[in-house]
Order: sequence, then C-alpha cells, then structure tokens
Amino acid sequence: MGHDAEGRRVTEGFVRSSRDGRVIASFTGFEADLLRSLASQLVELLRNEVAAPTASNDPLEDLLDFSGPTTEPDDPVLARLFPTAYPDDEEAAGEFRRFTEGSLRDGKARNAVLIIDMLEEAGLPPALEEDGLFIDIELEIPKAHAWMRSFTDIRIALATRLEIEEGDESFWDLLPEDDPRSHVHDIYEWVGYLQETLVHALSP
Amino acid sequence: MPVELDEPQTDDDTLLARPWVTIVWNDPVNLMSYVTFVFQTYFGYSKKKAEKLMMEVHQDGRSVVSTGSREEMERDVQAMHEYGLWATMQKADA
Repeated sequence: MGHDAEGRRVTEGFVRSSRDGRVIASFTGFEADLLRSLASQLVELLRNEVAAPTASNDPLEDLLDFSGPTTEPDDPVLARLFPTAYPDDEEAAGEFRRFTEGSLRDGKARNAVLIIDMLEEAGLPPALEEDGLFIDIELEIPKAHAWMRSFTDIRIALATRLEIEEGDESFWDLLPEDDPRSHVHDIYEWVGYLQETLVHALSP
Repeated sequence: MPVELDEPQTDDDTLLARPWVTIVWNDPVNLMSYVTFVFQTYFGYSKKKAEKLMMEVHQDGRSVVSTGSREEMERDVQAMHEYGLWATMQKADA
C-alpha cells in the first residue's frame, strides 16, 4: 500500500508476485467498495437493455427468432461496447450482431461479476461500514485477464457518460472541483491507473 | 523507412486468398500499453509489431491489424470487441 497527499493509505495497483507468479493487489475497504459499485453498475447496464431481435416483416419469423439483436443498442455505452462490425453493410452488420452480441454481453457481465465475487470473497462486506479494512486480491493469470478486460469496459462506460474526447485533457484539468463530473473523472483516471499497473504486471 | 524483412510481400494471389481486413479505430479511452498488450496477446505479434500497429491507431486514427478470410476476420473483430477495442471489418480493397 502507498499513501496519498494526506497520508492515508491507498492502493498502489497490481504487481506480479515473485513467489508464485500471481498478480496481487491490496485495496482499502473504500477502494474495494468503489470497484464493486462500478462493476455492479456495468452488470446492471449489460442486463438492462434486453438483447432482443427487432421486428422483421414476417410475424412467425419474429416469434421464432430469439437468437439476438440485429440493430445497434440505443444506449451510447452499449453502442460503444458492441460496435457495428460492418459499417457499410447493414445486413451483414445485423447478422454479425445477432450471432455475437449475446455472448459478448455474457462475457463482459461474467468478468464484472468475477470482480464483485472476488472482492467479497476477500472480505468486503455487503455494506461497508468499518474503517481500516483492507482487501487483498490474488489473481491467477486468466482471472487477471478478466479483471483487465472488465476495467476496459468500466472505463469505456465512464468515458462515454462523461463524453470524453481525444485531446480534451486540459478541459478536465481545469474543471472546477465542485463540478460533479470532476469526481467521476477522478474515478475514471483511477481505474486507468489500476489498469496500467495490471497490464504492466501481465506483460512478459 | 526501415525495411521489414519478416513481412511477406502482398501480391495478387495473397489478396485473392485473404480478401478481408480487420481495422481497429482510435478511441480516447484505451491505454496505449493496453492496446499493444492486446495485439501481442491475441494475435501473437512481436512487441515491435504490436507497438507499430498501436501507434498507427493512435496517430492515423485506424490500422489494419489482421488480414484473412471473412470468417477469420469475424473471429478477430469479435475478439477485439471482447477486449473493448473498437474494431470493424471490410473487404481488403474497399
């Protein structure tokens, strides 16, 4: 653990254990609770907008076809998480989406649920009340990859909601602290920091 | 420009056999280290090649990251979406 400017203990992110090759991190209860909250919101979003097919001209076909959606999700976060694969071919794009979006959603939800479950298994209570709680996480490599991918999804969700754009760093730097977006942007940067340490820990 | 000897020359035969490409587009979210890591991990590219493709995405806004059959490219695009990268596919000559 490291310390912030006020001397409070804060996570230093992920490192590769020289002992058993696992990826390890230590979080304060507050940090673990925040991660759980972000992962939970992602799961809710992924399961919220139902992955349902859109109507065709054939009612019978509509009733029988529950394989997956064919059009881009309305929510901008979901549209970014599940981009249109064929930008110039609507029919092929619809087919691709029908066959992939369901399993992509499931995979992303599974990764986020893994984060929640592992934080709770490591001692994060359902409702965080006590101070001075620390949550130690040890990840085997495949699980570390799952966490890393889920951090990407969480960052995409936060960035889409904040409407972050290429080269707008100075806007965020100058944003007054009492702007609610400022706090969310801090969280976005923090998850980016965690992900950077995780990528580094996993790199050969 | 440095000459890369390990890259096969693209000729007409290759284009006929490998008519589709996967394109990764720039986004303001994904970390440079992460994008490089994904290219190394999923495609098995060397660090040098993965960094070159990542810089193309970052500076040019897009990069062709793989070439192959339509089915192969659909697999690659789906994998990129699993990693949270913004990927599309199209015919190689498009």
